Amino acid sequence: MGEILSSFGLALRLIGSGDAELWHIVVLSLEVSLAAAILACAIGLPLGAAVAVGRFPGRRATIVTLNALLGLPSVVVGLVVYLLLSRAGPLGSLGILFTPGAIVVAQTLLVLPMVAALARQFVEDDWREYEEQLTSLGVSRPRAVPTLLWDGRYSLLTVALAGFGRAASEVGAVMIVGGNIDGVTRVMTTAIALETSKGDLPLALALGIVLVFVVLTLNAAVDAIRQWSVLRHG
Amino acid sequence: MAERAIFPLQARGVSITLGGHAALCAVSFSIEAGRRAMVLGANGAGKSVLLRVLHGLLVPSSGEIAWGGDGTRPREQAMVFQRPVMLRRPALANIAYALAVNGVAEPERSRRARAAIERVGLGHIGRRQARVLSGGEQQRVALARAWALKPRALFLDEPTASLDPAAATEVERVIAEIHAAGTTIVLTTHNLGFARRVADEILFLHQGRLTEQTAATQFFSHPQSPEAGAFLKAELP
Repeated sequence: MGEILSSFGLALRLIGSGDAELWHIVVLSLEVSLAAAILACAIGLPLGAAVAVGRFPGRRATIVTLNALLGLPSVVVGLVVYLLLSRAGPLGSLGILFTPGAIVVAQTLLVLPMVAALARQFVEDDWREYEEQLTSLGVSRPRAVPTLLWDGRYSLLTVALAGFGRAASEVGAVMIVGGNIDGVTRVMTTAIALETSKGDLPLALALGIVLVFVVLTLNAAVDAIRQWSVLRHG
Repeated sequence: MAERAIFPLQARGVSITLGGHAALCAVSFSIEAGRRAMVLGANGAGKSVLLRVLHGLLVPSSGEIAWGGDGTRPREQAMVFQRPVMLRRPALANIAYALAVNGVAEPERSRRARAAIERVGLGHIGRRQARVLSGGEQQRVALARAWALKPRALFLDEPTASLDPAAATEVERVIAEIHAAGTTIVLTTHNLGFARRVADEILFLHQGRLTEQTAATQFFSHPQSPEAGAFLKAELP
C-alpha cells in the first residue's frame, strides 16, 4: 500500500514538473488520435448519413457490416494493418509501418465503424422527422444528406468526440503497428503497458491520470454540447 | 414565357389504401384557378391523405391527379403541414434554404426570403432560431417558406389547429394575402368559423368518400349530403 501511495505521489510530481518524456508521449497521443478522429469522421459521417437516408442495393448488408465491425477486436485490426503495411504487404511501399502514420491508419479503422454507426442512428432519427417536409420542399435524397449532417451537427460533434476518446484509448492495434518505439511511436496507452511491466509505476500512473483526465474532459464536453444544443434549438 | 396552364386541378377516381385501410375511395372533383377550396370532415375522414395525394407525397393506388387537363404535377405548388418541421437554423435561413434547394441564387434568394418573412409579419425574428419560436410563429415561418417559392397552388393541412385565437387570426390574414396575390388555396380545417369566412367552396369527406363539392354559401345553409348535414348539426350549436 505504501509503495502505491508513493508511486502516486511521484506520478503527480511528474505531471506537475512538466517532465519532457511524459509530455512528449501525451502530445504525440493526442496528435495521432486527433488525426484519426478527423479522418474517421470525414469518411464515417457522410457514410452513416447516406446509409440512413439512402435506398440502394446492399444498404441492409452495409448496416450489418458496420455493426459487426463495431465489435472488431483491436488486435485483429492491428494485425491486418500490420500485414498491409509491412514490407511485403500491398501498402509496404509507403514505408509507414512503425511510424505515427501507421497508428493513425489503425485508429482510423477502429473508430470509423463507431462513427458511421452512431451517425446513421442520429441521422435516421432526424430523417424520420424531416422526410415529408424535405420531400415537400423538393429536396432529393442525395441533397438531404448534407442538410441532415448540418442539422445534426451538435449530436454529430459528440460522435466525433467519442471517436477521439476511443482512438486515444486504443492499445492493442497501436502496439502492433506502432511498435511502441521510444520517442517515435510511444503513446499513452502503449507506454502505460510497457512501464507497468517494467515496474516504473510513477510514469505509468502519471500517464494513466492524464489519459483519464482526457477521457473525462471529452465526456464533459459531450454533455455540455448536448445541454447547449437543447437550450438553443429545443 | 407563357405560364403553363395547371388548372383545373382534378382528382379522377382517386383511391388509396394505407396500412390495409382504404383511406380514400374513388374521389373525384375539380378545382378551378384562384379558388379557396376547404376540405371538411370528421377525424380520419381522409382530409390530410387527400392533401398529400394532391401535393404528390402519396401516390394513389388507383385513379389519378391531373393538372390543367392532362398535365403532370407542376413544381409551382407547395404544402404547409399541420406541424411544420423547422430546420435547426434561424427562421430566415429556413426560408433561404427552401429557395436554395429550388435553384434560386443569391442575391435574389436573400431578397425573397427577407420579403417573405416580412409579409407574414415576422421580419423582427428572422435571426432567431426557428425551433424555439412559438407554434404560431413556426406556422407563419412555414407559410413564408412556402410562399417564397411562389406557388400557384398552396395546400395547407389544418393551418390554424392548436393555435391560440390571436395566432390563428394572424395565420388567417397571411393566407388571405397569399390568395389575394393569385395563389389557389386548398386547405383542411376543423375551424368552421374560418371555413365560413374564407371558403369559396367546400369538399366534404366522409370515411374516405367525397360526399359533396358545394359552394360555401350554400354548404352551410343547405348541405347536399346527409353526412355533411349531420356533421354540421353536431359541430354547430
